[in-house]
Amino acid sequence: MYRETEILQEAVAGDLIINVGPQHPSTHGVLHLVITLNGETIKKVEPHLGYIHRSIEKMCESLTFRQFIYVTSKMDYLSSHINNHGCSLCVEKGLQIEVPERAQVIRVLMDELTRLASHQLWWGALGMDVGALTPFFHAFRERELINDIFEETCGTRLTMNYMVPGGVMADLHPNFQRRVHEFIKQFKQKFDEYDELLTDNIIFKNRMQGVGVLSAADAVSYGCTGPVARASGVSSDIRKLYPYEIYNKLQFDEVIETAGDCYSRYMVRMKEMRQSLSIIEQLIDQIPEGEYQAKTKAVLKLPKGEYYSRVETARGEFGVYIVSEGGTTPYRIKFRSPGFSNLSALDHMARGGKIGDLVAIMGSLDLVIPDIDR
Amino acid sequence: MPSLENITDDLDVWLYQQFGATATFLIESVLIALLAIGLFSILGLVLIMMERKVSAYMQVRLGPNRVGPKGMFQTVADTLKLIVKEGMTPDGADKFLFNLAPFIVMIIAMVILAPLAFSKGFQIWDINIGVLFITAVSSVSVIGILMAGWASNNKYSLLGAMRSGAQIVSYELSAGLSVIAIVVLTGSLRMSDIVASQENGWWLFKGHIPVLIAFVIFIIAITAETNRAPFDLAEAESELTAGFHTEYSGMKFALFFLAEYVNIFIVCAVGATLFLGGWMPLHFGTNTQFNHVMDYIPGIVWFMGKTFFLIFVIMWFRWTFPRLRIDQLLNLEWKYLLPISLFNLLLVTLMAIMGWHF
Repeated sequence: MYRETEILQEAVAGDLIINVGPQHPSTHGVLHLVITLNGETIKKVEPHLGYIHRSIEKMCESLTFRQFIYVTSKMDYLSSHINNHGCSLCVEKGLQIEVPERAQVIRVLMDELTRLASHQLWWGALGMDVGALTPFFHAFRERELINDIFEETCGTRLTMNYMVPGGVMADLHPNFQRRVHEFIKQFKQKFDEYDELLTDNIIFKNRMQGVGVLSAADAVSYGCTGPVARASGVSSDIRKLYPYEIYNKLQFDEVIETAGDCYSRYMVRMKEMRQSLSIIEQLIDQIPEGEYQAKTKAVLKLPKGEYYSRVETARGEFGVYIVSEGGTTPYRIKFRSPGFSNLSALDHMARGGKIGDLVAIMGSLDLVIPDIDR
Repeated sequence: MPSLENITDDLDVWLYQQFGATATFLIESVLIALLAIGLFSILGLVLIMMERKVSAYMQVRLGPNRVGPKGMFQTVADTLKLIVKEGMTPDGADKFLFNLAPFIVMIIAMVILAPLAFSKGFQIWDINIGVLFITAVSSVSVIGILMAGWASNNKYSLLGAMRSGAQIVSYELSAGLSVIAIVVLTGSLRMSDIVASQENGWWLFKGHIPVLIAFVIFIIAITAETNRAPFDLAEAESELTAGFHTEYSGMKFALFFLAEYVNIFIVCAVGATLFLGGWMPLHFGTNTQFNHVMDYIPGIVWFMGKTFFLIFVIMWFRWTFPRLRIDQLLNLEWKYLLPISLFNLLLVTLMAIMGWHF
């Protein structure tokens, strides 16, 4: 817990110190913010973490290289495919496993579907944060289709555990292609509705434009990645900078906005959804035949050394750092979660704003607390 | 025209003959109180149900559909739950003010009911300053909200109450000014006179541009005054959890909740009376056949229909728009709505003096 005296010292008479969270409608999880207010104006925001710390990294040290991937689904529960993907990539790097092309395509398809589902949830939740409750349900209508697709192929809807070292756990369900086509058709129709509800709304624009501005230099110094950095004009798409799997063969743009405010973060994610949709459209009819999983040894032993791999989740760069002593379990493991760095910029962005701005900024950062607090 | 006028008049005469003046007054007061309480409980049930169904329709879901046919008794079940719940009073709260606040809010909502004309002659108190009475009394409700926020001894409640205070006091102004526009045209503050002036056409449809402007400003202002989204900053659940009623539970919470809906009904009823002709039926110029058919629909149906249409519009706002920020909210009022309504009032006055209206 925090040292209470430390916070109280900095407050002057007339300041109001409010605990937002750990149970609060707008923190989307058990984030605890201690905010110092002068009337409605925010003087300081101090995030307190640890309410959902499960020491996943330490847990991973006692799990084998096959097992530890399953734990990572529970970190960023909105992009469990991509978390698993990053961990599988790291193990494959160490063992130099060649992933079959079919598995690569399946992985990319699943990643992009996950990104879409995650952005849809973010879109709805952001709407709720700024006071519009209806977008949440509209977003969930389309997200449900993606969850159904996942359920059919992977067996679960949220923590999929589908990607394993060497490929994917099981082959695609025969219905996969048909249902993805159905999803694309419906989503394309409804996406314009999304724009009507929020993007072009004058109240929404007023709430988002010029709020929580993060300059490019600040974005770099806080270590922001993903849409948060790209909204400030920093190129940070791992899919473009360090392409993995088949991303270098695909046609898609890295979305970059330059204003650095909440609205550009919003626009980056909205445009990214269209890019993800185009990636899915490119691949869905061209899934190559072949193996979905490479032949691997029953017991995986990473050679002694250090391995790092990174993937682009919906929130930014997800890094996996494994130190191996040559055994069946990792000696040390460290995850670089995008949410933690993005959260660290919150204080910088929220100072001088109003309480409503803080909520909008938090919404535009797209925080997933179990990802920050591993 | 079928109307409730004769019923109330006959009842009044009959009571007078039977019991004399004093007893008649007392009996009628009790009857009116019972009717008002009955109306309020029915309004609470109907409006909450309507809100849930409207929101469900807009949010691609079904809404309540389990308790009773089509979920009609959901609100009853919810109310029952709230009644049997413990009404908590927090330790640090000012107990007297904390418990008083919900009743003040509720009583004020009830008092505003008095000058409303439900149908021809069906009105509790046809006071000659009806419109002024409504404007004056409705601004008192902010005291209840401030009291609740202050007495709760909760920082969220305090912030919510302060927001609400700033908001209601500001938006009173443009609501009042847009109401005055109609008063200037009618030349009377009496509710029945205002309704009677619209016999040949509702003010909104008479084609006066200042009236249209006043109507739009009035709708915006009443949405803000009743703390409804997109102006629900006093509650702002994503910012202040529940604003001024964060600490309330059980029946005391239910009173706030009910008062919100009753207030919506009342402001919409005022809007319907001033701009949409109250209980007057819709008439199309000289189309006597059509007008005759319209006359057969009772006044109470017209009044309720117009009121519920406005209520639907306000619900529509809530489930579509994001919430404004507090500074944007006050900017909207002081920089845009207030100057526009002042100018509008000037225009209306000019129109009335020069006799450019009909």
